[in-house]
Amino acid sequence: MTEKSLNASSFSVDKVARLQGEPEGVSRLIPVWLRNWRTPEVLLRLVSPIVLLLAWELASELGLIPQRVIAAPSQIGGTLWAMIVSGELGKHLLVSLQRALLGLSIGVSIGVVAALVTGLSKRGEVILDSPMQMLRTIPSLALVPLFILWFGIGEFTKIALIVTGTIFPVYLNLFAGIRNIDPKLIEAANTLGLNRRELIWHVILPGSLPSFFVGLRYSLGISWLALVFVEQINTTAGIGFLASDARDFMRTDVIVICLLIYSVLGLLIDGLIRTLERFALAWRPSFVRN
Amino acid sequence: MSNIESLAPPVQLRNVVRQFGQQRVIDGLDLDIAPGEFVALLGASGSGKTTLLRSLAGLDSIDSGQLRVPKARAAVFQEPRLMPWKRAWKNVILGLRVPDAKERAVQALTEVGLAHRLDAYPATLSGGEAQRVALARGLVREPKLLLLDEPFAALDALTRIKMHRLIIELWRKHTPAVLLVTHDVDEAILLADRVIVLAHGKIAEQLSIDLPRARDTGQDGFQAIRARLLSLLGVEVDVPAEVAPAVASGVRRFAHG
Repeated sequence: MTEKSLNASSFSVDKVARLQGEPEGVSRLIPVWLRNWRTPEVLLRLVSPIVLLLAWELASELGLIPQRVIAAPSQIGGTLWAMIVSGELGKHLLVSLQRALLGLSIGVSIGVVAALVTGLSKRGEVILDSPMQMLRTIPSLALVPLFILWFGIGEFTKIALIVTGTIFPVYLNLFAGIRNIDPKLIEAANTLGLNRRELIWHVILPGSLPSFFVGLRYSLGISWLALVFVEQINTTAGIGFLASDARDFMRTDVIVICLLIYSVLGLLIDGLIRTLERFALAWRPSFVRN
Repeated sequence: MSNIESLAPPVQLRNVVRQFGQQRVIDGLDLDIAPGEFVALLGASGSGKTTLLRSLAGLDSIDSGQLRVPKARAAVFQEPRLMPWKRAWKNVILGLRVPDAKERAVQALTEVGLAHRLDAYPATLSGGEAQRVALARGLVREPKLLLLDEPFAALDALTRIKMHRLIIELWRKHTPAVLLVTHDVDEAILLADRVIVLAHGKIAEQLSIDLPRARDTGQDGFQAIRARLLSLLGVEVDVPAEVAPAVASGVRRFAHG
Protein backbone atom coordinates (compact mmCIF):
# COMPACT_ATOMS: atom_id res chain seq x y z
CA MET A 1 0.00 0.00 0.00
CA THR A 2 1.49 3.28 -0.98
CA GLU A 3 -0.06 6.54 -0.26
CA LYS A 4 1.24 9.65 -1.86
CA SER A 5 -0.13 13.01 -1.07
CA LEU A 6 0.80 16.30 -2.51
CA ASN A 7 -0.51 19.50 -1.15
CA ALA A 8 0.64 23.02 -1.58
CA SER A 9 3.59 22.95 0.82
CA SER A 10 4.87 19.42 1.16
CA PHE A 11 5.30 16.06 -0.49
CA SER A 12 5.13 12.92 1.57
CA VAL A 13 5.31 9.19 0.96
CA ASP A 14 3.78 6.67 3.30
CA LYS A 15 4.72 3.10 2.44
CA VAL A 16 3.66 0.01 4.38
CA ALA A 17 6.54 -2.42 4.97
CA ARG A 18 6.39 -5.53 2.76
CA LEU A 19 5.39 -8.64 4.64
CA GLN A 20 8.07 -11.33 4.74
CA GLY A 21 5.60 -14.00 5.87
CA GLU A 22 4.10 -16.99 4.07
CA PRO A 23 3.41 -16.53 0.38
CA GLU A 24 -0.18 -16.75 -0.68
CA GLY A 25 -1.99 -18.46 -3.54
CA VAL A 26 -0.31 -20.59 -6.21
CA SER A 27 3.26 -19.56 -5.33
CA ARG A 28 2.95 -21.64 -2.18
CA LEU A 29 3.27 -24.78 -4.31
CA ILE A 30 6.69 -23.80 -5.72
CA PRO A 31 9.69 -24.79 -3.52
CA VAL A 32 11.62 -22.00 -1.86
CA TRP A 33 14.90 -22.51 -3.74
CA LEU A 34 13.08 -22.18 -7.04
CA ARG A 35 11.17 -19.12 -5.92
CA ASN A 36 14.43 -17.43 -4.97
CA TRP A 37 16.23 -18.52 -8.17
CA ARG A 38 18.18 -15.77 -9.92
CA THR A 39 19.87 -16.54 -13.23
CA PRO A 40 23.50 -15.32 -13.06
CA GLU A 41 24.25 -12.21 -15.12
CA VAL A 42 26.97 -14.03 -17.08
CA LEU A 43 24.56 -16.64 -18.36
CA LEU A 44 22.07 -14.00 -19.39
CA ARG A 45 24.73 -12.17 -21.32
CA LEU A 46 25.69 -15.38 -23.15
CA VAL A 47 22.20 -15.91 -24.49
CA SER A 48 22.30 -13.53 -27.43
CA PRO A 49 25.76 -14.55 -28.77
CA ILE A 50 24.69 -18.19 -28.62
CA VAL A 51 21.48 -17.45 -30.47
CA LEU A 52 23.47 -15.59 -33.13
CA LEU A 53 25.89 -18.48 -33.52
CA LEU A 54 23.01 -20.93 -33.85
CA ALA A 55 21.36 -18.74 -36.48
CA TRP A 56 24.65 -18.52 -38.37
CA GLU A 57 25.09 -22.30 -38.21
CA LEU A 58 21.54 -22.87 -39.39
CA ALA A 59 21.91 -20.41 -42.28
CA SER A 60 25.12 -22.18 -43.36
CA GLU A 61 23.45 -25.60 -43.20
CA LEU A 62 20.55 -24.38 -45.29
CA GLY A 63 22.94 -22.89 -47.86
CA LEU A 64 21.82 -19.32 -47.22
CA ILE A 65 25.45 -18.34 -46.49
CA PRO A 66 27.79 -19.94 -49.05
CA GLN A 67 31.08 -21.26 -47.70
CA ARG A 68 33.15 -18.99 -49.92
CA VAL A 69 31.62 -16.02 -48.07
CA ILE A 70 32.16 -17.46 -44.61
CA ALA A 71 32.41 -20.96 -43.17
CA ALA A 72 29.95 -22.42 -40.68
CA PRO A 73 30.83 -22.08 -36.99
CA SER A 74 31.00 -25.86 -36.59
CA GLN A 75 33.49 -26.08 -39.44
CA ILE A 76 35.58 -23.26 -37.98
CA GLY A 77 35.60 -25.03 -34.63
CA GLY A 78 36.63 -28.31 -36.24
CA THR A 79 39.47 -26.71 -38.20
CA LEU A 80 40.65 -24.84 -35.11
CA TRP A 81 40.78 -28.06 -33.13
CA ALA A 82 42.64 -29.85 -35.93
CA MET A 83 45.17 -27.02 -36.20
CA ILE A 84 45.75 -27.01 -32.45
CA VAL A 85 46.19 -30.78 -32.30
CA SER A 86 48.60 -30.89 -35.25
CA GLY A 87 50.69 -28.10 -33.67
CA GLU A 88 50.39 -26.02 -36.83
CA LEU A 89 48.66 -23.15 -35.04
CA GLY A 90 51.19 -23.18 -32.21
CA LYS A 91 54.09 -22.97 -34.63
CA HIS A 92 52.70 -19.96 -36.50
CA LEU A 93 51.65 -18.26 -33.29
CA LEU A 94 55.12 -18.58 -31.84
CA VAL A 95 56.71 -17.02 -34.92
CA SER A 96 54.27 -14.09 -34.85
CA LEU A 97 54.72 -13.50 -31.13
CA GLN A 98 58.49 -13.50 -31.50
CA ARG A 99 58.32 -10.92 -34.27
CA ALA A 100 55.94 -8.69 -32.36
CA LEU A 101 57.87 -8.86 -29.11
CA LEU A 102 61.26 -8.32 -30.74
CA GLY A 103 60.03 -5.32 -32.71
CA LEU A 104 58.16 -3.96 -29.74
CA SER A 105 61.04 -4.24 -27.31
CA ILE A 106 63.47 -2.54 -29.69
CA GLY A 107 60.93 0.19 -30.54
CA VAL A 108 59.97 0.84 -26.93
CA SER A 109 63.62 0.96 -25.86
CA ILE A 110 64.45 3.53 -28.53
CA GLY A 111 61.34 5.54 -27.61
CA VAL A 112 62.22 5.53 -23.91
CA VAL A 113 65.83 6.56 -24.47
CA ALA A 114 64.81 9.35 -26.86
CA ALA A 115 62.13 10.62 -24.46
CA LEU A 116 64.60 10.64 -21.56
CA VAL A 117 67.11 12.61 -23.62
CA THR A 118 64.60 15.21 -24.79
CA GLY A 119 62.56 15.25 -21.57
CA LEU A 120 65.43 15.65 -19.15
CA SER A 121 67.67 18.08 -21.01
CA LYS A 122 66.92 21.30 -22.78
CA ARG A 123 69.76 20.72 -25.20
CA GLY A 124 68.48 17.22 -25.91
CA GLU A 125 65.08 18.65 -26.73
CA VAL A 126 66.52 21.21 -29.11
CA ILE A 127 68.56 18.60 -30.96
CA LEU A 128 66.30 15.57 -30.97
CA ASP A 129 62.69 16.66 -30.64
CA SER A 130 62.10 18.22 -34.06
CA PRO A 131 63.46 15.27 -36.06
CA MET A 132 61.35 12.96 -33.91
CA GLN A 133 58.27 15.07 -34.53
CA MET A 134 58.95 15.03 -38.27
CA LEU A 135 59.47 11.27 -38.42
CA ARG A 136 56.41 10.73 -36.29
CA THR A 137 54.09 12.07 -38.98
CA ILE A 138 55.19 9.46 -41.56
CA PRO A 139 52.87 6.43 -41.43
CA SER A 140 55.26 3.54 -40.87
CA LEU A 141 53.53 1.40 -43.48
CA ALA A 142 54.36 4.04 -46.10
CA LEU A 143 58.01 3.11 -45.49
CA VAL A 144 57.49 -0.41 -46.81
CA PRO A 145 58.76 0.23 -50.38
CA LEU A 146 61.85 2.02 -49.10
CA PHE A 147 62.59 -0.62 -46.48
CA ILE A 148 62.22 -3.38 -49.06
CA LEU A 149 64.73 -1.58 -51.31
CA TRP A 150 67.14 -1.08 -48.42
CA PHE A 151 66.82 -4.29 -46.47
CA GLY A 152 65.26 -6.74 -48.93
CA ILE A 153 62.14 -8.72 -48.15
CA GLY A 154 63.58 -10.74 -45.29
CA GLU A 155 63.00 -10.79 -41.57
CA PHE A 156 64.90 -7.54 -41.00
CA THR A 157 62.37 -5.43 -42.89
CA LYS A 158 59.49 -6.92 -40.94
CA ILE A 159 61.05 -6.21 -37.57
CA ALA A 160 62.18 -2.75 -38.69
CA LEU A 161 58.63 -1.83 -39.67
CA ILE A 162 57.29 -2.89 -36.27
CA VAL A 163 60.08 -0.93 -34.61
CA THR A 164 59.32 2.29 -36.51
CA GLY A 165 55.66 1.97 -35.63
CA THR A 166 56.19 1.45 -31.92
CA ILE A 167 58.82 4.10 -31.14
CA PHE A 168 56.59 7.15 -31.31
CA PRO A 169 53.66 6.41 -28.99
CA VAL A 170 56.12 5.67 -26.19
CA TYR A 171 58.30 8.64 -27.09
CA LEU A 172 55.45 11.17 -27.20
CA ASN A 173 53.70 10.01 -24.06
CA LEU A 174 56.80 9.63 -21.92
CA PHE A 175 58.13 13.00 -23.07
CA ALA A 176 54.81 14.66 -22.19
CA GLY A 177 54.75 12.76 -18.88
CA ILE A 178 58.20 14.02 -17.93
CA ARG A 179 57.37 17.60 -18.86
CA ASN A 180 53.99 17.59 -17.15
CA ILE A 181 55.21 16.65 -13.70
CA ASP A 182 53.73 19.04 -11.15
CA PRO A 183 56.31 21.84 -10.78
CA LYS A 184 55.27 22.11 -7.13
CA LEU A 185 56.61 18.62 -6.50
CA ILE A 186 59.90 19.56 -8.16
CA GLU A 187 60.06 22.66 -5.97
CA ALA A 188 59.40 20.57 -2.88
CA ALA A 189 62.17 18.19 -3.95
CA ASN A 190 64.52 21.15 -4.32
CA THR A 191 63.79 22.41 -0.82
CA LEU A 192 64.47 18.89 0.45
CA GLY A 193 67.96 19.07 -1.03
CA LEU A 194 67.65 16.40 -3.71
CA ASN A 195 70.40 16.49 -6.30
CA ARG A 196 69.78 16.06 -10.02
CA ARG A 197 70.21 12.29 -10.02
CA GLU A 198 67.91 11.85 -7.00
CA LEU A 199 65.37 14.20 -8.53
CA ILE A 200 65.20 12.08 -11.68
CA TRP A 201 65.08 8.80 -9.79
CA HIS A 202 62.65 9.71 -6.99
CA VAL A 203 60.43 12.30 -8.65
CA ILE A 204 60.56 12.51 -12.43
CA LEU A 205 60.67 8.83 -13.41
CA PRO A 206 57.95 7.60 -11.03
CA GLY A 207 55.85 10.64 -11.91
CA SER A 208 56.01 9.94 -15.64
CA LEU A 209 55.38 6.21 -15.35
CA PRO A 210 51.59 6.48 -15.88
CA SER A 211 52.19 8.28 -19.19
CA PHE A 212 54.72 5.64 -20.19
CA PHE A 213 52.10 2.96 -19.73
CA VAL A 214 49.66 4.85 -21.93
CA GLY A 215 52.31 4.95 -24.63
CA LEU A 216 53.15 1.30 -24.16
CA ARG A 217 49.55 0.32 -24.75
CA TYR A 218 49.37 2.28 -27.97
CA SER A 219 52.65 0.73 -29.09
CA LEU A 220 51.35 -2.74 -28.40
CA GLY A 221 48.30 -2.11 -30.52
CA ILE A 222 50.48 -0.81 -33.32
CA SER A 223 52.90 -3.74 -33.17
CA TRP A 224 49.93 -6.04 -33.63
CA LEU A 225 48.60 -4.01 -36.51
CA ALA A 226 52.00 -3.90 -38.22
CA LEU A 227 52.31 -7.64 -37.75
CA VAL A 228 49.14 -8.31 -39.73
CA PHE A 229 50.58 -6.28 -42.54
CA VAL A 230 54.22 -7.33 -42.67
CA GLU A 231 53.38 -11.01 -42.46
CA GLN A 232 51.63 -10.79 -45.81
CA ILE A 233 54.90 -10.02 -47.60
CA ASN A 234 57.09 -13.00 -48.41
CA THR A 235 56.60 -15.12 -45.31
CA THR A 236 56.46 -18.83 -44.71
CA ALA A 237 55.28 -18.72 -41.13
CA GLY A 238 53.20 -16.56 -38.81
CA ILE A 239 49.54 -15.79 -38.37
CA GLY A 240 49.62 -13.27 -41.23
CA PHE A 241 51.08 -15.93 -43.52
CA LEU A 242 48.38 -18.34 -42.42
CA ALA A 243 45.73 -15.78 -43.36
CA SER A 244 47.15 -14.92 -46.79
CA ASP A 245 47.70 -18.60 -47.55
CA ALA A 246 44.09 -19.31 -46.58
CA ARG A 247 42.97 -16.55 -48.90
CA ASP A 248 44.71 -18.23 -51.84
CA PHE A 249 42.87 -21.46 -51.09
CA MET A 250 39.59 -19.72 -50.22
CA ARG A 251 39.66 -21.23 -46.73
CA THR A 252 37.33 -18.80 -44.97
CA ASP A 253 37.41 -20.95 -41.84
CA VAL A 254 41.17 -20.45 -41.45
CA ILE A 255 40.84 -16.72 -42.06
CA VAL A 256 38.27 -16.44 -39.29
CA ILE A 257 40.58 -18.40 -36.99
CA CYS A 258 43.39 -15.95 -37.70
CA LEU A 259 41.12 -13.02 -36.87
CA LEU A 260 40.11 -14.73 -33.65
CA ILE A 261 43.75 -15.28 -32.69
CA TYR A 262 44.57 -11.62 -33.27
CA SER A 263 41.75 -10.42 -31.08
CA VAL A 264 42.31 -12.95 -28.29
CA LEU A 265 46.03 -12.21 -28.17
CA GLY A 266 45.34 -8.47 -28.19
CA LEU A 267 43.08 -8.89 -25.19
CA LEU A 268 45.61 -11.09 -23.39
CA ILE A 269 48.45 -8.62 -23.89
CA ASP A 270 46.28 -5.73 -22.75
CA GLY A 271 45.44 -7.73 -19.64
CA LEU A 272 49.14 -8.29 -19.06
CA ILE A 273 49.81 -4.54 -19.21
CA ARG A 274 46.94 -3.89 -16.80
CA THR A 275 48.47 -6.31 -14.33
CA LEU A 276 51.85 -4.61 -14.71
CA GLU A 277 50.23 -1.23 -14.07
CA ARG A 278 48.53 -2.55 -10.98
CA PHE A 279 51.92 -3.33 -9.48
CA ALA A 280 53.92 -0.41 -10.81
CA LEU A 281 51.25 2.24 -10.11
CA ALA A 282 49.96 0.86 -6.82
CA TRP A 283 50.04 4.38 -5.39
CA ARG A 284 47.43 5.78 -7.78
CA PRO A 285 44.12 6.71 -6.17
CA SER A 286 42.26 4.34 -8.51
CA PHE A 287 44.32 1.37 -7.31
CA VAL A 288 44.80 2.32 -3.67
CA ARG A 289 42.45 0.65 -1.24
CA ASN A 290 42.02 1.96 2.25
CA MET B 1 82.43 28.79 18.29
CA SER B 2 79.24 26.86 17.78
CA ASN B 3 77.82 28.81 20.67
CA ILE B 4 78.47 32.11 18.95
CA GLU B 5 77.08 30.78 15.73
CA SER B 6 73.91 29.60 17.38
CA LEU B 7 73.45 33.01 18.95
CA ALA B 8 73.81 34.89 15.67
CA PRO B 9 70.42 35.51 14.08
CA PRO B 10 69.75 32.67 11.65
CA VAL B 11 68.01 35.00 9.24
CA GLN B 12 69.55 38.34 8.29
CA LEU B 13 68.22 40.43 5.41
CA ARG B 14 69.71 43.80 4.52
CA ASN B 15 68.21 46.05 1.87
CA VAL B 16 66.90 43.11 -0.14
CA VAL B 17 65.37 43.92 -3.53
CA ARG B 18 63.50 41.55 -5.81
CA GLN B 19 61.79 42.84 -8.91
CA PHE B 20 59.84 41.37 -11.75
CA GLY B 21 60.14 43.72 -14.70
CA GLN B 22 59.53 47.23 -13.42
CA GLN B 23 57.68 46.12 -10.33
CA ARG B 24 59.66 45.89 -7.11
CA VAL B 25 58.00 43.08 -5.21
CA ILE B 26 60.49 43.33 -2.37
CA ASP B 27 61.80 46.84 -2.02
CA GLY B 28 64.74 47.34 0.32
CA LEU B 29 63.66 44.97 3.06
CA ASP B 30 65.57 44.57 6.35
CA LEU B 31 64.69 41.65 8.57
CA ASP B 32 66.32 39.69 11.40
CA ILE B 33 64.88 36.59 12.93
CA ALA B 34 66.40 35.43 16.23
CA PRO B 35 67.14 31.78 16.99
CA GLY B 36 63.97 30.03 18.02
CA GLU B 37 61.79 33.04 17.31
CA PHE B 38 58.30 32.54 15.87
CA VAL B 39 57.54 35.28 13.34
CA ALA B 40 54.30 35.64 11.43
CA LEU B 41 54.16 37.57 8.19
CA LEU B 42 50.89 39.26 7.25
CA GLY B 43 50.11 41.22 4.17
CA ALA B 44 47.55 41.73 1.46
CA SER B 45 47.85 39.72 -1.75
CA GLY B 46 50.75 40.98 -3.80
CA SER B 47 52.56 42.50 -0.84
CA GLY B 48 55.58 40.27 -1.43
CA LYS B 49 55.02 37.70 1.35
CA THR B 50 55.33 34.65 -0.82
CA THR B 51 58.24 36.05 -2.81
CA LEU B 52 60.09 36.69 0.44
CA LEU B 53 59.43 33.18 1.67
CA ARG B 54 60.55 31.68 -1.63
CA SER B 55 63.78 33.66 -1.45
CA LEU B 56 64.40 32.38 2.06
CA ALA B 57 63.64 28.82 0.93
CA GLY B 58 66.16 29.13 -1.88
CA LEU B 59 63.50 28.75 -4.55
CA ASP B 60 63.97 32.27 -5.84
CA SER B 61 66.96 34.60 -6.03
CA ILE B 62 67.20 38.25 -5.05
CA ASP B 63 68.25 41.10 -7.30
CA SER B 64 70.31 43.04 -4.78
CA GLY B 65 71.03 43.28 -1.07
CA GLN B 66 72.28 40.77 1.46
CA LEU B 67 70.46 37.64 2.46
CA ARG B 68 71.73 35.14 5.01
CA VAL B 69 69.79 32.02 5.90
CA PRO B 70 70.88 28.78 7.55
CA LYS B 71 71.57 25.80 5.30
CA ALA B 72 69.41 23.68 7.56
CA ARG B 73 65.99 24.95 6.63
CA ALA B 74 62.72 23.34 5.68
CA ALA B 75 59.54 24.54 4.06
CA VAL B 76 55.92 23.45 4.38
CA PHE B 77 53.52 24.80 1.76
CA GLN B 78 49.78 25.25 1.53
CA GLU B 79 49.53 21.92 -0.30
CA PRO B 80 51.37 19.03 1.33
CA ARG B 81 53.42 18.42 -1.84
CA LEU B 82 54.07 14.79 -0.98
CA MET B 83 55.30 12.43 -3.70
CA PRO B 84 52.16 10.38 -4.46
CA TRP B 85 54.25 7.31 -5.37
CA LYS B 86 56.03 7.11 -2.03
CA ARG B 87 54.64 5.80 1.22
CA ALA B 88 54.40 8.27 4.10
CA TRP B 89 57.67 7.28 5.78
CA LYS B 90 59.57 7.32 2.49
CA ASN B 91 58.26 10.82 1.84
CA VAL B 92 59.53 11.94 5.23
CA ILE B 93 63.13 10.85 4.59
CA LEU B 94 63.27 11.85 0.92
CA GLY B 95 66.65 13.48 0.34
CA LEU B 96 67.85 12.70 3.88
CA ARG B 97 71.26 11.04 3.79
CA VAL B 98 71.57 9.29 7.16
CA PRO B 99 72.05 5.60 7.94
CA ASP B 100 69.15 5.20 10.38
CA ALA B 101 66.64 6.90 8.09
CA LYS B 102 63.72 4.57 8.74
CA GLU B 103 63.95 5.03 12.52
CA ARG B 104 64.10 8.78 12.07
CA ALA B 105 61.00 8.65 9.87
CA VAL B 106 59.11 6.56 12.42
CA GLN B 107 60.12 8.96 15.17
CA ALA B 108 59.08 12.04 13.18
CA LEU B 109 55.74 10.56 12.17
CA THR B 110 55.08 9.48 15.76
CA GLU B 111 55.66 13.07 16.86
CA VAL B 112 52.94 14.31 14.54
CA GLY B 113 50.61 11.51 15.67
CA LEU B 114 50.82 9.39 12.54
CA ALA B 115 52.65 6.31 13.83
CA HIS B 116 49.79 4.20 12.46
CA ARG B 117 50.03 5.59 8.90
CA LEU B 118 53.71 4.90 8.17
CA ASP B 119 53.00 2.80 5.09
CA ALA B 120 50.08 4.81 3.75
CA TYR B 121 50.21 6.30 0.27
CA PRO B 122 49.44 10.05 0.20
CA ALA B 123 46.25 9.42 -1.79
CA THR B 124 44.78 7.66 1.25
CA LEU B 125 45.60 10.43 3.73
CA SER B 126 43.16 13.15 4.74
CA GLY B 127 44.14 16.79 4.20
CA GLY B 128 45.21 17.19 7.82
CA GLU B 129 47.15 13.94 7.86
CA ALA B 130 48.98 14.81 4.64
CA GLN B 131 49.91 18.21 6.06
CA ARG B 132 51.24 16.52 9.20
CA VAL B 133 53.40 14.24 7.06
CA ALA B 134 54.72 17.36 5.32
CA LEU B 135 55.47 18.84 8.74
CA ALA B 136 57.29 15.67 9.81
CA ARG B 137 59.24 15.79 6.55
CA GLY B 138 60.37 19.32 7.41
CA LEU B 139 61.22 18.68 11.05
CA VAL B 140 63.10 15.42 10.50
CA ARG B 141 65.84 17.55 8.93
CA GLU B 142 66.22 19.43 12.24
CA PRO B 143 66.02 22.83 10.58
CA LYS B 144 67.34 26.03 12.12
CA LEU B 145 64.66 27.80 10.09
CA LEU B 146 61.20 26.46 9.39
CA LEU B 147 59.27 28.24 6.62
CA LEU B 148 55.51 27.84 6.64
CA ASP B 149 53.61 29.17 3.62
CA GLU B 150 49.96 29.28 4.65
CA PRO B 151 50.16 25.66 5.73
CA PHE B 152 46.75 25.64 7.41
CA ALA B 153 44.80 27.61 4.80
CA ALA B 154 43.38 24.57 3.02
CA LEU B 155 42.35 22.74 6.21
CA ASP B 156 38.93 22.74 7.79
CA ALA B 157 38.41 24.82 10.92
CA LEU B 158 38.58 21.93 13.40
CA THR B 159 41.72 20.43 11.88
CA ARG B 160 43.28 23.88 11.87
CA ILE B 161 42.82 24.23 15.64
CA LYS B 162 44.58 20.88 16.17
CA MET B 163 47.36 21.89 13.80
CA HIS B 164 47.92 25.14 15.72
CA ARG B 165 48.44 23.16 18.89
CA LEU B 166 50.70 20.68 17.15
CA ILE B 167 52.87 23.36 15.56
CA ILE B 168 53.41 25.11 18.90
CA GLU B 169 54.25 21.81 20.57
CA LEU B 170 56.77 20.90 17.89
CA TRP B 171 58.24 24.39 17.84
CA ARG B 172 58.88 24.20 21.57
CA LYS B 173 60.48 20.79 21.23
CA HIS B 174 62.73 21.46 18.24
CA THR B 175 63.19 25.24 18.72
CA PRO B 176 63.70 26.26 15.10
CA ALA B 177 63.19 29.86 14.09
CA VAL B 178 59.82 29.93 12.32
CA LEU B 179 58.53 32.24 9.61
CA LEU B 180 54.82 31.76 9.04
CA VAL B 181 53.16 33.42 6.07
CA THR B 182 49.42 33.71 6.62
CA HIS B 183 46.27 35.62 5.72
CA ASP B 184 44.65 34.84 9.01
CA VAL B 185 45.20 37.64 11.54
CA ASP B 186 43.91 35.53 14.43
CA GLU B 187 46.27 32.72 13.52
CA ALA B 188 49.21 35.11 13.46
CA ILE B 189 48.39 36.47 16.93
CA LEU B 190 47.70 33.03 18.37
CA LEU B 191 51.02 31.57 17.26
CA ALA B 192 53.70 34.19 16.82
CA ASP B 193 56.16 36.06 19.05
CA ARG B 194 56.22 38.84 16.52
CA VAL B 195 53.85 39.80 13.72
CA ILE B 196 55.18 41.65 10.70
CA VAL B 197 52.89 43.45 8.30
CA LEU B 198 54.29 43.69 4.81
CA ALA B 199 53.11 46.33 2.35
CA HIS B 200 54.62 47.28 -0.99
CA GLY B 201 57.62 45.05 -0.39
CA LYS B 202 58.56 46.71 2.88
CA ILE B 203 57.85 46.15 6.54
CA ALA B 204 54.95 48.48 7.24
CA GLU B 205 54.69 47.63 10.91
CA GLN B 206 55.78 45.03 13.39
CA LEU B 207 54.23 44.12 16.69
CA SER B 208 55.65 41.99 19.47
CA ILE B 209 52.94 39.79 20.89
CA ASP B 210 53.60 39.27 24.59
CA LEU B 211 50.31 37.66 25.42
CA PRO B 212 51.00 34.71 27.72
CA ARG B 213 50.86 31.42 25.93
CA ALA B 214 48.10 29.01 25.67
CA ARG B 215 46.55 31.98 23.91
CA ASP B 216 42.98 32.40 22.87
CA THR B 217 41.03 35.06 21.04
CA GLY B 218 39.18 36.09 24.18
CA GLN B 219 42.35 36.97 26.05
CA ASP B 220 42.84 40.49 27.40
CA GLY B 221 44.46 42.58 24.75
CA PHE B 222 43.89 40.09 21.93
CA GLN B 223 41.12 42.03 20.24
CA ALA B 224 43.05 45.28 20.46
CA ILE B 225 46.02 43.75 18.66
CA ARG B 226 43.66 42.22 16.14
CA ALA B 227 41.97 45.56 15.42
CA ARG B 228 45.35 47.22 15.06
CA LEU B 229 46.63 44.64 12.60
CA LEU B 230 43.41 44.63 10.62
CA SER B 231 43.48 48.38 10.25
CA LEU B 232 47.07 48.14 9.01
CA LEU B 233 45.77 45.69 6.43
CA GLY B 234 43.05 48.11 5.43
CA VAL B 235 40.11 46.58 7.29
CA GLU B 236 38.52 48.93 9.80
CA VAL B 237 36.84 47.26 12.76
CA ASP B 238 35.20 48.65 15.82
CA VAL B 239 37.32 47.73 18.81
CA PRO B 240 35.05 45.04 20.13
CA ALA B 241 33.07 45.34 23.28
CA GLU B 242 35.15 43.16 25.53
CA VAL B 243 32.38 43.54 28.00
CA ALA B 244 30.16 41.22 26.02
CA PRO B 245 30.68 38.04 28.01
CA ALA B 246 28.58 35.81 25.79
CA VAL B 247 30.86 36.44 22.82
CA ALA B 248 34.05 36.19 24.82
CA SER B 249 33.24 32.83 26.32
CA GLY B 250 31.45 31.35 23.37
CA VAL B 251 33.45 32.18 20.29
CA ARG B 252 37.03 32.01 21.43
CA ARG B 253 39.77 30.49 19.39
CA PHE B 254 42.53 28.69 21.20
CA ALA B 255 46.13 27.79 20.61
CA HIS B 256 47.54 25.63 23.34
CA GLY B 257 51.19 25.21 24.14
